[in-house]
Amino acid sequence: MFELSLVEARDALRARKISSRELTTAYVGAIAQLNPQINAYITPTAEAALAQAEAADAALAKGEAAPLTGIPLAIKDLFCTQGVRTTAGSKILSPFVPPYESTVTANLLRDGAVFLGKVNMDEFAMGSSNMTSAYGGVTNPWTRRGDNRPLVPGGSSGGSAAAVAARMALGATATDTGGSIRQPAAFCGIAGIKPTYGRCSRWGVVAFASSLDQAGPVARTVEDCAVMLGSMAGFDPKDSTSADIAVPDFAAACRRGVKGLRIGVPREYRMEGMPAEIEALWQQGLAWLREAGATIVDVSLPHTKYGLATYYIVAPAEASSNLARYDGVRFGARSQGRDLTELYENTRADGFGAEVQRRILIGTYVLSAGYYDAYYLRAQKVRALILRDFTEAFEKVDALLTPATPSAAFGQGEKMDDPVTMYLNDIFTVPVNMAGLPGMSVPAGLDAQGLPLGLQVIGRPFDEETVFAVSAAIERAAGFTAVPTIRAGV
Amino acid sequence: MSLDPATVRRIARLARLRIDDAQVARVQDDLNGILGWIEQLNEVDVTGVEPLTGAAMMAMRMREDVVTDGDVQEAVLSNAPDREGPFYAVPKVVE
Repeated sequence: MFELSLVEARDALRARKISSRELTTAYVGAIAQLNPQINAYITPTAEAALAQAEAADAALAKGEAAPLTGIPLAIKDLFCTQGVRTTAGSKILSPFVPPYESTVTANLLRDGAVFLGKVNMDEFAMGSSNMTSAYGGVTNPWTRRGDNRPLVPGGSSGGSAAAVAARMALGATATDTGGSIRQPAAFCGIAGIKPTYGRCSRWGVVAFASSLDQAGPVARTVEDCAVMLGSMAGFDPKDSTSADIAVPDFAAACRRGVKGLRIGVPREYRMEGMPAEIEALWQQGLAWLREAGATIVDVSLPHTKYGLATYYIVAPAEASSNLARYDGVRFGARSQGRDLTELYENTRADGFGAEVQRRILIGTYVLSAGYYDAYYLRAQKVRALILRDFTEAFEKVDALLTPATPSAAFGQGEKMDDPVTMYLNDIFTVPVNMAGLPGMSVPAGLDAQGLPLGLQVIGRPFDEETVFAVSAAIERAAGFTAVPTIRAGV
Repeated sequence: MSLDPATVRRIARLARLRIDDAQVARVQDDLNGILGWIEQLNEVDVTGVEPLTGAAMMAMRMREDVVTDGDVQEAVLSNAPDREGPFYAVPKVVE
């Protein structure tokens, strides 16, 4: 049952070779077996999942198959789910049970999906290791060869990526503000796409940095992601930045091939100190695309190196504003105080973890009187230059190929001493968010220690189809079949 | 630009975050590390560049000023910390 990809499981369900009940039961069993070790799920919803599976089987029996009928998925705990606790990985939202459903999850339910539960994440999606979750870290299903020390799954969508890699879900929703889909996908050896800003509705997704946040899927294959995104995406009048643009057939784009495409190689992504095997994998990826009929073109994105510093002004500024609502008054956890100010201050100091507090403080500072122009306004101008770099590059090429991350997964507890060291993880992914572009991470190989490495494909705004075409070509050439340690020999 | 302890306390106050005396030095170090690293943006020539506020490459949409939902009293009250009959009850927030 576990060897089937999402697309294969969908076909087997439609052919009535398997039932959703069997499939869902198998995944519920895997969660019961592996979650004590992996901690991918904060709130499993086995009973509800089995009821949804029964309903899916009834629909299939009547010949009513929607795009995801009977497919068991995991939902990042940032998406509001009606009647199911939604924590955003934070203590401050521990009592929160949304009375409404996010648009993205409502779209998945409309298309017949089965929800296995809510998965772990860095608190309010702030982190690259899943270690900032108030519900404990997540363990990467992969380990280094001959070394069983636990590794991080990446973040912030660490629970989503670990659940999919460990075969505790066929696919998962995730979100990406600076790399939170692509970095964990790369660390866990699976595929993940952050679509164009505006492609998926943000309505009902707990906000971090509203001008950067974007939902997307993680799954085992590129086509699995294409099918999921096809259901998740679409215009939503409830999100003022949702794009009123038709959703194309992403899965069909996976079969297009890359013949005649021009693929750009941004020279600024060749970073000092980057491991030689990541450089080698990048060159290998370019060779695969060349063999498949694409032309490789050198391009320049001169402001790449400023992407992260820009991000660490813009994102905390937006976060400090978005998180002002958690004050202990109307909903969420509350701490007591002698007066109202103390109630606010105690609630927020007790309810938010260290990284979230750090970002709120940075955001508050860069927006404060006298510093706004020097920090925030300057960052917005550099952001404009980052976008201009990409716009000019896309006059010459159809897509860009870069490494997804500057390293493979690291150990739990590593890179925790200095916030900036952790931030450097997102060096290749952050510029894509600043410019609002689609970017996909595809598993392309293993490093010398047996850990997965990913390549990133970046496309023009609303041209996810080319991103899928290029990613699928890399996937076919790479033939990545390695299985995470926890599933080896099962 | 480097933050002193008084500024750290002032920012924490603005952000409504309690900060204990024992934490000030650590937070000051963390923030100064991040702000020092951000200083690199001063190298960039931004003369004549218009700030980019967001990635949505379109004009903000307006909608009709009409009621779109309602009659969901129990749903609204479901996360209320306290209630008085059909009313949402919170601590006194207006002095």
